Amino acid sequence: MPESSTISEEFLRQLTAVGEVDILVGVPTFNNRDSIERVVSALQVGLTKYFQRERCVLINPDGGSTDGTPEIFKNASVRDFSMLLTSNPLRTFHRLSAPYHGIPGKETALRTLFTAADLLRAKACAIVSPDSLSITPEWVDSLVRPIYRENFDFAAPVYQRRKFDGLLVKGLVSPAVAALYGRKIHEPVGTDLGLSGRLACHFLGKDVWEQDITTFGMEIWMTTTAIVDDFRICESFLGPKIQAAKQYGQDVAGTVRQVVGSLFRCLDEHEPFWKGRDTCEDLPLFGFQYDVALEPIQLSKRRIMDTFRSQVDQLVPILESILAPQTLVEIRNVVQLADREFHYPDELWVKTIYEFAAAHHHSAINRDHLLQALPPLYRGWVSSFVSQNQKADAAKIDQKLEALSHDFERLKPYLIDRWNAEAGGER
Amino acid sequence: MKLLVLQSMNQTLGRFYDMLLQFLPHLLAMLIIFVAGWVVAIIVKIVARRLMALARVNTLSEGSGITQILRKADLPAPLELLSRVVFWVVWIAFLLLGLDALNVPELHVQIARLFQLLPDIFVALIILFLGFLAANFFSRAALLAAVNANLPSARLVSGFVRFLIILLTITMALEQLALAQRTVLITFTIAFGAIMLSLAIAFGIGGRNVAQGMLERVFRPALSKKEDDKEKAEEIPPL
Repeated sequence: MPESSTISEEFLRQLTAVGEVDILVGVPTFNNRDSIERVVSALQVGLTKYFQRERCVLINPDGGSTDGTPEIFKNASVRDFSMLLTSNPLRTFHRLSAPYHGIPGKETALRTLFTAADLLRAKACAIVSPDSLSITPEWVDSLVRPIYRENFDFAAPVYQRRKFDGLLVKGLVSPAVAALYGRKIHEPVGTDLGLSGRLACHFLGKDVWEQDITTFGMEIWMTTTAIVDDFRICESFLGPKIQAAKQYGQDVAGTVRQVVGSLFRCLDEHEPFWKGRDTCEDLPLFGFQYDVALEPIQLSKRRIMDTFRSQVDQLVPILESILAPQTLVEIRNVVQLADREFHYPDELWVKTIYEFAAAHHHSAINRDHLLQALPPLYRGWVSSFVSQNQKADAAKIDQKLEALSHDFERLKPYLIDRWNAEAGGER
Repeated sequence: MKLLVLQSMNQTLGRFYDMLLQFLPHLLAMLIIFVAGWVVAIIVKIVARRLMALARVNTLSEGSGITQILRKADLPAPLELLSRVVFWVVWIAFLLLGLDALNVPELHVQIARLFQLLPDIFVALIILFLGFLAANFFSRAALLAAVNANLPSARLVSGFVRFLIILLTITMALEQLALAQRTVLITFTIAFGAIMLSLAIAFGIGGRNVAQGMLERVFRPALSKKEDDKEKAEEIPPL
């Protein structure tokens, strides 16, 4: 059902002028002048190269940029397609940019895109992050083809990451989603994805747009909702993911709070589904996989370790309200370990996450406070993981993460026990 | 003589008997009011408990942090505590009514004064309760914010926030009861002034470099950018 109130009259007129389309590509922006031109050019070449005969539209919902991002979006052009080993477009290539109504944020931008997809009757959509420095025209094919040609409804991205990059996703979100929702998705919070027009309309019809669940972490909500509502899901390999520096401006604590908070809210929303799942399936993976030598991320494990120790010491009174006594004792034992012996065991990490999830469900303390108490423990696990795998290659690290994923699956009954325990009862 | 003594005793006993006859119905009324009040209080407690259970008071108080405060103070769960409060409020009201039924003038005056003070006592108790809740909530928020910002004395910041809110709460509660208003106001002013002065001295002497750094970040961002970049390079990438 179209929610035209989220789009302006002017934008509605532009959409009407476009008519129906086959493929819609959306690039939500907010002050992305440094990277937007490259992204638009790559998308334009990709659509021309791989979907020459299809009716395509490129839409930019903008959250009120003050650096001229919408103008750059509108004016970015490919001068000579032949130099890029592709022919000129056969159809008119529509490109729309409009500020969206409502509270600035990704959920409003995506709601605008889904509304546009519904109005234009798009068969396939792709949403691309405006700050992907490593985007290539092939991303369009990888994200749209599984939807447009293979009848999948949701294509999650698979990136090649730098060593120790994306540990929040690899060490928490991805294994938790796999264990609880029964689908192995490498990037459940990936910002570049493909989805069918049918799924876009389905998301639009959900009664969650004014709730917290979509305010933060839209990606995790879309991924888990697609799983729960039984849409056909696949993964597409996109290659290396390098983001503009702006992404790293946000601190770890804020990101953990948003991403993990969204995951926990999804667990509340989808409780009957994940409690009933006891298997975990791999997903079809599209795209040619290749490895590029990427420089590993330099982390000061000593500094992270020290921060973990001092932060846990100070948060003990709060952690007592969230964690089981035994878990807290084990964490305090980890704090006491010397640098060389420092190790945050995987099982302890999984129990920590599951106890936080159950405490969040029971609102053991204010939920926002609860989420703010997690980043220090995340630092502990990260410093332990980095110490243990300093010299490990990518394959070895993958093995470790696979073992962690099994721990998440194995301990699922532990989460269910704590989830079902009476609020305020013995935990 | 003997007769006179007997007559006097008879009169005294007669007067006592008359007084007793006059007093006994009041005493009986008082006892009946006590017993009836006890029964009514129990019924009201049961009804209140069921209504609060339907309104999921326990779950709500878990979320707002009230349960944790009560647990720390070794008090029962909110549902139990509130139903006990309801019982005692109803029964105390009946007890006062019962005492009033004795028809003792001095007691009557004291009870009337107590009834007049009741609204103020009730408001003062609410102020104290909300104040302690606010102190707990904001001190925890301050602790988490300070810890995540990696400040060196997060607990000190949190304790200071708690102390300040509790000090303010107690002042407001005493103000409500109109008890030693001038003393309370002067004490609060001195305490608050002393805290601010000590902070100013601590920040001015002990934290001069910190203040300099903060001001440089605000007014000369280009200079501090290099340091920020170095810090970020060693930090975990968010996603």
